[in-house]
Formats: sequence, structure tokens, C-alpha cells
Amino acid sequence: MKYVDEYRGSEPVRKYIRAITDILHRDWTIMEVCGGQTHNIIKFGIDTLLPSKITLIHGPGCPVCVTPIEMLDKAVYIASQSEVIFCSFGDMLRVPGSEKNLITSRAEGADVRILYSPLDAIKIARESPDRKVVFFSVGFETTAPAVAMAIIQAKKLGIKNFSALVAHVLVPPALEAILSTPNLVLNGFLAPGHVSTVIGQGGYERITKKYRVPIVITGFEPLDILFGVYKLVKQLEEGRCEVENAYGRSARPEGNVLAQQAVDEVFEAADRKWRGIGVIPKSGLALRESYRDFDAESLFSLNGLTVEEPSECIAGYILQGLKKPNECTAFGTRCTPQRPLGAPMVSSEGACAAYFNYRRV
Amino acid sequence: MCLGVPGKVVKIEDNALGLRMGVVDFGGTKRETCLAYLDDVQEGDWVLVHIGFAISKIDEEKAKDAFDTLKEIGL
Ligand code: SF4
Repeated sequence: MKYVDEYRGSEPVRKYIRAITDILHRDWTIMEVCGGQTHNIIKFGIDTLLPSKITLIHGPGCPVCVTPIEMLDKAVYIASQSEVIFCSFGDMLRVPGSEKNLITSRAEGADVRILYSPLDAIKIARESPDRKVVFFSVGFETTAPAVAMAIIQAKKLGIKNFSALVAHVLVPPALEAILSTPNLVLNGFLAPGHVSTVIGQGGYERITKKYRVPIVITGFEPLDILFGVYKLVKQLEEGRCEVENAYGRSARPEGNVLAQQAVDEVFEAADRKWRGIGVIPKSGLALRESYRDFDAESLFSLNGLTVEEPSECIAGYILQGLKKPNECTAFGTRCTPQRPLGAPMVSSEGACAAYFNYRRV
Repeated sequence: MCLGVPGKVVKIEDNALGLRMGVVDFGGTKRETCLAYLDDVQEGDWVLVHIGFAISKIDEEKAKDAFDTLKEIGL
């Protein structure tokens, strides 16, 4: 496949390992932010190819993993209403709520549908005017523009039976929260390539200046990841601290301005709870006043519900890079992808699932 | 979840609501894709698609960056 296979060849991968080894003198701890990157790092064994002076720690970049348990409970509640068609991306279905997940709801008769694009929910709403269509709106900045467009269309067309259960999260505030964690050793970030494609570099520049950590925007294929690591190590060894782009084929310095405008039209930044981490100020998106008619939480009177998380799961530590999945006592025994205790074991981009699938000990 | 898949734009047309849509070919599998967030895209361009939306046009020159850097350092 074009623009994929080229970045998987073993020859350039070996060359980058050598290039990194050649410039490396000190120990560095690097966080890859995005779960898609974590998945490929473990799948292709990139962390085992890198010199031992480099430690990769896994970040919070899996929206499925950080969606708080009460959101799942709200989703399950809404889906169980007889007039509702509940639409979601496939990866949310198996995430455990406090009692059940959406798969169980579906088995019990709820109309839960997996969509490819949020625009499909608009189509369904128009075809089923007597039903309430609710879209489970989860994801980072990459996903928000698609949802924003669906909501803009719904408003334009006067569709009254469509709403969104909004659980969007933002990357730069999460990076700041991580940098404020006590006892965390972290020298630099590989920033997520597709989030950056939408938001551009601006949000990172502020962080680089304030916390003196270099950030390199990085893609997802093995060569992309190693190119990002190379650029980051070069900065660290040379004592530079900048935002650099190792994913220029997709991410532009200004990001995708049209997508940013649509998101800004529909959403505003709001405090949001991250599963296992807690509330991070202004780290999520909420519908603006002018789009509140599309807010499923108020339509189903669910504002304010909060739920405690199961205690054995250490997802919070894992999502902040403080612990690795195999340090969890439940890992691979009481917690497996078939019977997950926490979200990082459910999502294929969760660190626990990546370790379970590719590195079972 | 932020998965982006590269594909080639094979058709562009506004839908009935005036939304810029198109068809993108992913190695033989063709899918309807919203192109509203790219104002300069043309048929034949490669784009990166996330949940049915093209979020960027792939820059063919910059796609070589990782290889050019290897050459620069003599590897
Ligand atoms: S292995 Fe399971 S229980 Fe342990 S942190 Fe991961 S998801 Fe939570």
C-alpha cells in the first residue's frame, strides 16, 4: 500500500537504529503520546531494537482508555431506552461500565449500531424520524472535526432526533497534566501525528517553552516512529528544546484550519475527567450554547452522574507513563482482552492489550 | 482511534446538501469520503482519511523526509 509499506522496510529501520546509536551518549526517557504509536512500538518490537539508553514510556493517547466509567454508564443507559438508536465506533462497545458494556446492552435488545463515520448517524436520523439517534462522540482532536460536521449538518437540516454524547478529549492539556506529575522522569514527547495534522504546532510550542521539553510530531509506521525518535534524541543530545515535525507528509505547521474552524463553531474547551487520572482543566470539548439542543446528556437528564472505578486496575498509572502493564497484578490473569477489568485492556490501542497480544510473558 | 488511512481521490462532487464529498480508493476498496476540510484537493491526489473525512493532502515531497535524512547523515 502506498504511503504505508515504504515505512516498514527493515533496511531503513536498521539504518535509523544505527543513526540513533551513533548520536546517543546519555540516558533519555521518551513518551509516545498516542495509543496507535504504542501499539506499533510493541507490535514491531521497536522498543527492543532501540539502544537500552532509551526508555519509551506509553502515554494517555487512547481515547477509548481515558473515557470515564460514568460515560460508559450513561451510554448504556441511553442505549437501553426503547426509542433510541445508539451509534458508536466499534472500539467503545466492549469497554466495561460499572455494570455492563454496550455489547451486553445490545444482547439485551438495545439498538446499538457501529458506524464508520459520524455522517452516517445523520443519515440514520433522517431515515428513522420516529426514533432518537444518539452518537457516542469519543476521540481526540483528530475525531472532533468529523463530529462537528455531523452536528453542523444536523442543525442546517433542522434534524431534531439527533444528539451526541460528547466525551472528547484534547492532547495539549493532557501533556501539561503529565508534566506536572511528581516523580515522573520524562525528557521529551513524540506527539501524535494525526492530532497534530488537525491542530498544528501552536499548542506544543507553548508547552515546549513553559516546561523545557522538546516535542517531535511523529507518524505511526515503524520508520516514522524511528525518524521521530532520531530527531528527538538529536535535540536532547544537542541541548535544544523545540517543536519539530517528523510527519511532514500529513502535518502542517498551522494544522488543518478548516477543521479547526468547524470544531470551534460547535465546541468549546471544558474541564473533563480522564479515566484513571481524574479531572484535567480545559482538557475536553463540550457543545457551545448555540448547539446545546444536540447534547444527549441534557436531553436524557444525565448531567452530574459520577462513578468510582474498580480498585485493582492501575490504568491511571499506566496512562500517565508511571507504570507498565505487566506491573499490574491483574494483568493476563484476572484481566485479559476477553474479560477486561480496565479500558487499556479493551482497546487494541491500549497499552495493556498491546502487551497482552504481542508480549505475553 | 486516531487511525488515518492513505488513499487516492478518484471522484469529487458536492452532495445534495452542498457538502464537498468524494470517493477515495484505498488499494482497491473505494469509500465515500467527506472532503469539506480540504479546499485544494483534486482528483488523483493522495489524502489521509480518518472516520470518513480527509484530514490532509499527502505532501509527496515531505513523504521522503525520513529517507532524505538518512542520506544526509551518510547512511
Ligand atoms: S492489566 Fe487490566 S486491570 Fe491492570 S491496568 Fe491494565 S486494564 Fe487495568
